[in-house]
Amino acid sequence: MDDTRRSFLKFAGISALGLGGVSTLAGLLPAPAGGAQGTSEPYLKQSKEALTAGRWGMVVDTRKLTPRLCEKMIAACNKAHNVPELENKRHIIKWIWTDSFEHVFPMKDDEYLADRLHDLPILALCNQCNNPPCVQACPTKATFQREDGIVMMDFHRCIGCRFCMAACPYGSRSFNFRDPRPFIKKENPDFPTRMKGVVEKCNFCAERLAEGKMPACVEVSEGALVFGDLEDENSEIRQVLRENYAILRKQSLGTNPSVYYII
Amino acid sequence: MLEKAFKGSKSYWVWLIALLAVIGVGFGFYLRQLSFGLGVTGMSRDVSWGFYIAQFTFLVGVAASAVMLVIPYYLHDYKKFGKITVLGEFLAVSSVIMCLLFIIADLGQPMRLFNVLIHPTPHSMLFWDMIVLNGYLLLNIVIGWNVLEAERNDVPPPQWVKPLIYLSIPWAISIHTVTAFLYCGLPGRGFWLTAILAPRFLASAFAAGPAFLILLAFIVRKFAKYDAGREQIQTLAKIVTYGAIANIFFFLCEVFVALYSQIPEHTAHLQYLFFGLHGHGVLVPWMWTSIFLMMAAIILLIIPAARRNEAVLGVACVAIFVGIWIDKGLGMISGGFIPNPLHHVREYVPTVPEIMITIAVYATGFLILTILYKVVVGVKQEIGE
Repeated sequence: MDDTRRSFLKFAGISALGLGGVSTLAGLLPAPAGGAQGTSEPYLKQSKEALTAGRWGMVVDTRKLTPRLCEKMIAACNKAHNVPELENKRHIIKWIWTDSFEHVFPMKDDEYLADRLHDLPILALCNQCNNPPCVQACPTKATFQREDGIVMMDFHRCIGCRFCMAACPYGSRSFNFRDPRPFIKKENPDFPTRMKGVVEKCNFCAERLAEGKMPACVEVSEGALVFGDLEDENSEIRQVLRENYAILRKQSLGTNPSVYYII
Repeated sequence: MLEKAFKGSKSYWVWLIALLAVIGVGFGFYLRQLSFGLGVTGMSRDVSWGFYIAQFTFLVGVAASAVMLVIPYYLHDYKKFGKITVLGEFLAVSSVIMCLLFIIADLGQPMRLFNVLIHPTPHSMLFWDMIVLNGYLLLNIVIGWNVLEAERNDVPPPQWVKPLIYLSIPWAISIHTVTAFLYCGLPGRGFWLTAILAPRFLASAFAAGPAFLILLAFIVRKFAKYDAGREQIQTLAKIVTYGAIANIFFFLCEVFVALYSQIPEHTAHLQYLFFGLHGHGVLVPWMWTSIFLMMAAIILLIIPAARRNEAVLGVACVAIFVGIWIDKGLGMISGGFIPNPLHHVREYVPTVPEIMITIAVYATGFLILTILYKVVVGVKQEIGE
């Protein structure tokens, strides 16, 4: 965690230099050999145990979902990310939540839908789209896509214009309509709390992957969630996708989600 | 020329002080929003843009409509518009300033506003909106001021102003086009996902803007004793008529495509706005009022005898302005968010602080408009027009 935070600060520092167009000048200077220290290019320092991937993806096996299990996964995420519990419905913050099949898959609602799916809570979260409309819409690059596909938020750069929320076809983004800190039950010191006026969403637990841990929801999922590298054909997730027919949310929009659902 | 704004009748000063008082009250509410957050508004994670962005959208149209004076005057050499072109340009100036204020009022972290400049992001439409709006503001200030000053000194405007005037024509189109692109390029919002959004925005702008200008001309004639001219007003009325008809036509094209194709993602929003969806329909009476006002105004404007009667024309212009304000300032933005991407119907109603801040921004616009018009009228009367 410390590593990520430090490199993040470095990144922020370099961005601040960019204020005066200094970074453009710095980019012209030859980088000192041997170390990233002192070069103009921001970089993310990797810890040895960090989990890496070409493109992170998730499979939600709805056959294994139960209301109790969903609650457990949601609670794990909320705890790990200091997600506040706001009473006012308008101000609610959601990273991972459940909804019925007809709402998670509004284009696949059907009069004769299987009984099982009618009552089943389906998990919804950021799809970590490979072609993310939110990143396209953001006017400050506060939301950006990493090389491993994860769509991240820079809470310190976000101006709170909420263009990304209008752009997201999955309603996966939340805005801090007020200071969330008084509504965090038990603060996790390893993850930043947010301030009012910025947007947030699921980050595929990038901070945990950097420490070699699986995402918080996956860890407690009892096998209902499979997480792994979509670009590695030998990965478990690819194995699961080979053996099961899985669907994507609003695939026709071309956003190319990285979260699959086995129905 | 600005000195003309410092000499005025008692009612002029009372009006300015009244506007300042409204601005003061609204600013108080804004401070509250600044300390608490945007939670003081009616917006939510489902309807994440509300009244502010809707007013912004509407006013970009009013600003763009100045081009409806610039084109006849400068391209078609319609000399009579010389009396009012600068009024149109200064209306654009105050409208764009209101637009920018609404954007700032809508930001969660307004002190980070300049991140848009520090981290320029050309793939975001908001980046381009910033460029076209600020550019248009600058163009209209420079053009309006220089042309007016030249008129006062009885000399032709400086040579370098001409290219700027020509540039301002496509630029006016661009501000409302880019504003439409903010919405119509978003994949999951069926209501906005239509190629006709920009043309429709422009059509409604060319109706609402000149309609407002006609009303302003009436006000200026009554209170400042400056007559924009009967023929000028009648020409504007024809522009309003064409704009309003085009707007309704584009809207009906929209309705046909949505309802005949019956694709739920497209029909649901219209259904919500005009008939209500799943028992929610707070905007239904507003939307029908809007349609009624626009249709009634079009009928009045088409009939030559009615249009030529300035009292009737005034009524028609109010109807057009209010009708389009409801359409763009109420329905267009929240309608696109309801139902939400998961097809839940979560409605939006602006709160008192939100409305007060909105009124204060309008008051700021009127304050600027009053001062600029005071200068224009002062100069025009000085040169004996």
